[in-house]
Amino acid sequence: MAITLTETAANRVRKFLANRGKGIGLRLGVKTTGCSGMAYTLEFVDDLNTEDMVFESHDVKVIVDPKSLVYIDGTELDFTKEGLNEGFKFNNPNVKDECGCGESFTV
Amino acid sequence: MALLQISEPGMSSAPHQHKLAVGIDLGTTNSLVATVRSGLAAVLLDDTGHALLPSIVHYAADGQIDVGHSAQLQQTQDPQNTLLSVKRLLGRGLLDIGNIEHLPYHFVETPGMVQVKTRAGIKSPVEVSAEILKALKFRAEQALGGELTGAVITVPAYFDDAQRQATKDAARLAGINVLRLLNEPTAAAVAYGLENAAEGIYVIYDLGGGTFDVSILRLAKGIFEVLATNGDSALGGDDFDRRIFCWILEQAGLQPLEPADTRLLTTKAREAKEWLTDHASANITAVLSQGEVIDLHLSQSDFHAMCQQLINKTLLPIRKALRDAELNVEEVQGIVLVGGATRMPQVRHAVSSFFGREPLTNLDPDQVVALGAAIQANVLAGNRNDNDLLLLDVIPLSLGLETMGGLVERIIPRNATLPIARAQDFTTFKDGQTAMSIHVLQGERELVADCRSLGRFELRGIPPMAAGAARIRVTFQVDADGLLSVSAQEQTSGAHADIVIKPSYGLSEEQIVDMLQSSFSAAETDKRARMLQEARVDAARLLEAIEAALRQDGEALLDANEKAAITTHMENLRQLTQQEDSDAINKAVETLNHATEHFAARRMDASVRKALAGQALNTLEL
Repeated sequence: MAITLTETAANRVRKFLANRGKGIGLRLGVKTTGCSGMAYTLEFVDDLNTEDMVFESHDVKVIVDPKSLVYIDGTELDFTKEGLNEGFKFNNPNVKDECGCGESFTV
Repeated sequence: MALLQISEPGMSSAPHQHKLAVGIDLGTTNSLVATVRSGLAAVLLDDTGHALLPSIVHYAADGQIDVGHSAQLQQTQDPQNTLLSVKRLLGRGLLDIGNIEHLPYHFVETPGMVQVKTRAGIKSPVEVSAEILKALKFRAEQALGGELTGAVITVPAYFDDAQRQATKDAARLAGINVLRLLNEPTAAAVAYGLENAAEGIYVIYDLGGGTFDVSILRLAKGIFEVLATNGDSALGGDDFDRRIFCWILEQAGLQPLEPADTRLLTTKAREAKEWLTDHASANITAVLSQGEVIDLHLSQSDFHAMCQQLINKTLLPIRKALRDAELNVEEVQGIVLVGGATRMPQVRHAVSSFFGREPLTNLDPDQVVALGAAIQANVLAGNRNDNDLLLLDVIPLSLGLETMGGLVERIIPRNATLPIARAQDFTTFKDGQTAMSIHVLQGERELVADCRSLGRFELRGIPPMAAGAARIRVTFQVDADGLLSVSAQEQTSGAHADIVIKPSYGLSEEQIVDMLQSSFSAAETDKRARMLQEARVDAARLLEAIEAALRQDGEALLDANEKAAITTHMENLRQLTQQEDSDAINKAVETLNHATEHFAARRMDASVRKALAGQALNTLEL
């Protein structure tokens, strides 16, 4: 399995990285918090940790630590617009249930 | 599903705790709101795709308040209740405002700040500005999907204490937490990322719709200082439109026009100006209300000749500002263009030939200020781990106090860097003097009468001494927002008095509380609307459930009368949901619930019977 980006998401990430002027890729992760157990994190990456897993999707490096990977393996990250709002969305096949807003989830 | 943004390494926030911060450019003609998402600053658009919100508020006859484009449409039909350019009135008295006879409003002179009489009552410029800010806040919350943590709002560098305080009050009235007021030129420099650039002197040339400002900034060790500001508060893009408008009248030999025709030709003039930005010539065609046909041809060189004088008028304030900052043109490292009118090629040529270098123009000149404010808001809200972008501004006008003979003693000179505290010792004038009145003033003039009074307070409890023996230390302190507090302390006795300058522009604390209260009354209508909506949703859910039940078991479990009773109640509820009374809806929901109790009980029995049918008691797992 792996982590992938949709083409729209990849284009956005490349644009944001270029605007930021530094960074080697995008980190996806989870942390145990939130109203429904786990929450996603999405960060720029400047330095790799030794245990990090690196995937490549549409020329963007996607970095995940092994602990997070078990919760999000197979995830596809998309970039969408909802009304005036826009942002990234996790399509995570491992999710059993999520809180109303979708910011946290259980597996 | 909530949409996520990319955070800086290690800066991911917990769910539901995003620090949404925006930058707001509250302009004279147009206002904007911007934010930083995934590290990129961008202006937020409204649902029709507009970035600019015209700074116009219309008080309609039915009590509705329109802001922006919808208010703009009312401008000619209902000029007295359509307020524009209120930023010029913010924190100003009637006497401070020039050209008042050109404005179609009923002004009400109140101590301090001027107010305007509208059909919705007497409105202070603070309230009107708050309406604009509310519209921007609404747009931001729609676009970001959450409540705002705070905002950075930009103000012209020359705004005095009263005008800054008025801006803050407007934000408070709109329910916005102000993280910082930021000078517009500083925001523009931040948008271009000049804080990462080499140290040096930068000029911000801001030609907006109705105002021209020039500011000279010095960047040293990542810190901006505003060295000098200057400008012309009655010069902007509108004046160029007006030149073309007059040219049309002259060419077509027209007499003064009806308002509708004036508006039409002003629009045509603006369109021609914008067209000439990228084209060598423009055709101006229009049909007036009396049937006259206008068909003119304006070349870029004719337009150039027409506006040369206006453009030259912008160069004089630049020279003055350079002189104030004691700088030569050669020392300027870069020029930033701000304001829609700087799109005109003539303006760009004039600026580049004056400074001998090309100005920075790659960001949208309408948006730079809002973008810079958004970047600063993002830092202040704590979404970035590096706190290197610390901005310093300067005092626009000197601050001082009144001494004997109606003279002003300057304590903090203009262009001093903020935040700042300065103290000076004063003494008594008469033998046995036990009190001292301290009158705080702002301005560059020597006489009290020529400066602006910011406030007064008294220091009492000075021990009786010979004249000149007491030592009274007066401290002026200005915080990072440019707001002033003054304290006085007698050194031997320790007697102390102080004042936070709530500038005397007319809004007292009670007035602000009143206004906030009236905004709470809107909260009541909001709450009612919410209750109604909730009642409707409840009703719809119940109706749907009963309908499904009737379809399934209605024939089997109910006789005709019972069924008719239920459908009558349902019909009644359905009608009520079309109306506005949430209590009535809730009551009908209850009635309907009650009326279907039997039916529900019978359905329950029937399903239990079905489940139990044909099973021996001992095989049931109870």
